[in-house]
Parts: sequence; C-alpha cells; structure tokens
Amino acid sequence: MTSTLTPVRSKRSALTKGQLPKYAPYVVLAAALIVGAAILALVGFNAFGWGIVSALLFAIGLVSWSAVVEGSRKAKDKLATCLVVGSFLVALLPLISVIWTVLVNGVPGLLNPGFLTTSMNGVTGVFDNRAVENGTPVLGGIYHALLGTVQITLLATLISVPVGLLTAIYLVEYGNDGRLARAITFFVDVMTGIPSIVAGLFAAAFFFAVVGPGTKTGAVAAVALSVLMIPVVVRSSEEMLKIVPNELREAAYALGVRKWRTIVKVVIPTAISGIASGVTLAIARVIGETAPILVTAGFATSINSNVFGGWMASLPTFIYTQILNPTSPANPDPSSQRAWGAALVLIILVMILNLGARLIARVFAPKTGR
Amino acid sequence: MSKRIDVKDLNVYYGDFLAVEDVTINIEAKSVTAFIGPSGCGKSTFLRTLNRMHEVLPGARVEGEVLLDGDNLYGPGVDPVTVRSQIGMVFQRPNPFPTMSIRDNVLAGVKLNNKKISKGEADVLVERSLKGANLWNEVKDRLEKPGSGLSGGQQQRLCIARAIAVEPQVILMDEPCSALDPISTLAIEDLINELKDQYTVVIVTHNMQQAARVSDRTAFFNIAGTGKPGKLIEVGDTHTIFSNPSQKATEDYVSGRFG
Repeated sequence: MTSTLTPVRSKRSALTKGQLPKYAPYVVLAAALIVGAAILALVGFNAFGWGIVSALLFAIGLVSWSAVVEGSRKAKDKLATCLVVGSFLVALLPLISVIWTVLVNGVPGLLNPGFLTTSMNGVTGVFDNRAVENGTPVLGGIYHALLGTVQITLLATLISVPVGLLTAIYLVEYGNDGRLARAITFFVDVMTGIPSIVAGLFAAAFFFAVVGPGTKTGAVAAVALSVLMIPVVVRSSEEMLKIVPNELREAAYALGVRKWRTIVKVVIPTAISGIASGVTLAIARVIGETAPILVTAGFATSINSNVFGGWMASLPTFIYTQILNPTSPANPDPSSQRAWGAALVLIILVMILNLGARLIARVFAPKTGR
Repeated sequence: MSKRIDVKDLNVYYGDFLAVEDVTINIEAKSVTAFIGPSGCGKSTFLRTLNRMHEVLPGARVEGEVLLDGDNLYGPGVDPVTVRSQIGMVFQRPNPFPTMSIRDNVLAGVKLNNKKISKGEADVLVERSLKGANLWNEVKDRLEKPGSGLSGGQQQRLCIARAIAVEPQVILMDEPCSALDPISTLAIEDLINELKDQYTVVIVTHNMQQAARVSDRTAFFNIAGTGKPGKLIEVGDTHTIFSNPSQKATEDYVSGRFG
C-alpha cells in the first residue's frame, strides 16, 4: 500500500541537481553592489562608476559561480542573459535621463501661470531682470509657439498624407514593380536621407522664386516639413498595403467589384490601422524639427494665427532662440526656464501622438472574436 | 438563373510560358462539373480563366474563346468586372473580409459596388443567401459579429453565401474543401448538391472521392512533365470517367496507379 505512494523527496530532485539556487542572482547582486561601493570608495565615490563596476562584478560573479556549479553551457547562458539585460539598460538610460532632466527643469516653467496662454509679445529683459531680483513669477509664455507648431504640423500633414498615401497606392496596386515604380522607390529612399536643413532651404528657395524674395510664413515651413514627412508616409503606408493578403483583393474582384473600389473599400480599411499609426509617427518625427522652420517661418514673439502670412513661432525654434538669445542677457535663467517648459510641452505632444497612434491602431484594427 | 459555358481552343499563358494548352470543353447549365488532375496541371489556372480572374496576375493572358451562353468573355470591349459579377468564385482558403461583420460580408458584393439597397431588402438578401449556404441557423443570432470569428468551415460557407448574394449565373470553386475538416467538407458537399438546382457549378478538387460524390461530369487534366503545358485529357460523365475511362492516363490516375 505505502509502496505505491510517491516517496517524500528532498527539495532537490535528481532532475534538478547541479543548478544554482533561485536566490543566486540576488546574492551575487548584493555582493557586487557592496564590493563595488568599497572599490569606488577607494578612488572616490560617484553613482555612475558604482553602477558600472557593480554591473561588471555581478556579471563576472554570476557567470563564474554558474561555471563552477552548473557547467559551461549554463554559464554561457548566464553570460548572454547578462549582456542582453545590460544592453537593454544602456539603451534605456538616455531615455530615462532625458525624460527626468526635462521633467525636473521643465515643470517649474510649465506651472508658471499663463505659460500656455500668453505669448512673448512685449516681454522684454526688464521683466526678466525684475523677476530674478524680486522673485516674482516669470512672465511670458509659449502660446504663440504652440499655436505655430500645431498649425504648421497640421498643414504639413494635410499636404503629406494624400501625396504619400496615393504614392504608396500607386507603388503597391498599380506599379507592378515597373521602371517608374522602381524609380519612385529609389527617390523616396533618397528623400528619406535628405538633411532637414536642406528641405528647409529647398522650401525657402522655392517660395522665394515663386511668391517673392523673403517669403517666410508657416505655409513655407509646412512645405519643408512635408518634404521630410512624405517619404516616411510613403514607406509606412507601402509596407501596410503590402501585407494586406492578395486573397482579399481577389475575393472582391470575384464579386465584380472594380479595382479602385476594391482599394478604397477593402484594401485601405484593412490596412488603415497601420497607415494611421505610420502617419502619426511621421508627425511625431517632424514636430521637433528646428532648422527647416528657422529658415522658412522665421521667428515671432507674438501670436500669428495666419499660417499663410507673416513669420511664425514654433516650439523648437522658441527653445532654440530662448537658449541662444536670452530675453535678458544679464539674467538668462527665466529664458532657460521657458525653454525647458517648452521642451516638456513638446515631449508631451510627441507622447500624446504616440498614444494616439496606438489608440487609432486599436480602434481601426480588424475585429476578431465570436 | 444559370448559363452554360463553352470553351473553344483555349490557350493560357503566363508571359511567354504556355500554362494550359488547347482546352475545348462544354460545361452544362445546372450541373456540377469537377476538374481533377495532379498538382500543377493547370486546373486552377484554367478555372480562373472562366471568370477572367486569371488576368489579375501580371503578364497573364489567354487565346481562344470562352462562351457564356454564346457570348465570348474575351470578346472586344467586354469588361472583366461584368464577367465576374455573373460568374462568382469561391477560393481555396476561406477569405471573409476581416473588417466586416458577417452581415456586411454577405452584402459585400452589393455594398462595395455602392448599389443602394434598403434595410428590408438587405435583410431578405442576407437571410436568403445565408440559408442558401446552409449557414443561417448557425449565425442568425450574431450577424453583427466579425466574419473572422467563425470556424474555417463556417467561413467557407460564408464565402459561398457572399458569392451567391450577387446572384451569379455560374459559381466556380477552387478546391473549396482542401483547408477544411471532414465534417465541414460534408456540409460544403451537401451545399454543392443543392446549389446545382439553381446554378452552374464548376469545382476543382484534389479529392477524387469528392469529385465522384458531387459532380455530374468530370474533366481530367494532366501534364506531360515540368515546364510542359497542362492539357485536358478527357471529359465525360463522372460515372464513365471513374469506371470506364477511354484514356489510359485517366484510368491510371483515378485508380491511383499514377506515376
């Protein structure tokens, strides 16, 4: 009777012997941190060096312990794990650092009353000097720059999306990989690599020639940005249209549906989530461009709500000028506070766009479920 | 609501490559015609020429005549879209539109062509088509759910419902059961038997038992070797083809002695 029962085993069965205990990494990590701190204390402590030394000690310690107990295959596995996790942390570090720096420096500017609702019109160095001397709130805001960024980007999107999407449709549905299609693909690839300042110079020169010398408006900046956006939109839409299964096109043709209707009603709806998120990412890509806007829309300190006339501010150019030419050269702190605030707003905008892209992708995704 | 198809001396090309050579065949109205033959012999290619789906592929073209009740599909000025609205097609893999509900899938042929249809008429058409495809009882409570949530066999019957909703003269089926389990296959075969009361059905199949079960007439295609064009070897009553074929190759193939 009892012989059929499973005998009570010790925790480590024959199948699991020769393995490091589960707590091993934590033990090694604690040891590495302590030893690392000790080594750094000898040469002078700093947090960055502590992290590097501890990480190295942890990798060496864990891999050699594993090599002794578990053999070389497991040790190699541990080494690879250390390298992968280490690379991940290295890649994450700049991102976290940027967000942290911008948050720390930008929140005071953002919390300033009127920061989002006033422009820099009439704000001179006198006010900044007074703010620093008396400790009063910093005057001036980014309303004009925010308005400019939104308008310029919106107009650029309105130009780029139809051009980019129609180009992608030509390439995928009509090009048949012919000579013209291959030429377009080549030039789109070339356009992807155009430096943004060149796009700005092109738009400026084009409008100087067509409209008149010295034409600097938000619309010119929008044209410059669309030069940067179109190849991104073409590429992402092309990829999305390509992965629509041919079976769906054939299913529509077999029902007696015309080709253009098939494209409009079957192919694009099937790919719309990918196209929409591609467009949003393209917007996020150009919203932070500085150089092309400086040479095309100039720089304004007051509100200009007409995208087709007059110089226009945008968030990146606002940051650039606030840092380079502080409103009050004697007291640059208020200017840099405004610049950081604008940087934070810009990052929040990009983040909202990315979240929007995910939301759009989810809303438009082909529905599943019973 | 069904028409006969007469094919005369049809050659099918992919670019310069002759894929199917010199097919002459008469497909009777209100009957089931099965195409059998080894892989790569051009059955599916030939089937696709019957509703001009073939020319969707770049470089594909045909020579010869395909007559739908005497009208040449490949005559000058014939719009392939008109042809396809009269000759429907069901594909090997079920391919319901993933962005549409079951109901919209059935109505796809109408809605994608922007024909105006009242809600009442649409309801009648959906019910009639789904009943025609033996799917109504399974989906009548979830018409607004996506078509991709159905099982493979149900999806295939949804595709058949979608095809018959545009009221074609002829229905072409390209191995409609090859991705399905035996029970779903049985459901489709029963359906084919019912469909032939109203439609001309042409089915390509790899399954000889299936051809014997569902078809009235059978056409055997063969290929001499790789790179050679496929040919129509023999066509006749299904019973004759399987029991007393006139060609040696047909006999070898249907009795499994092929190759």
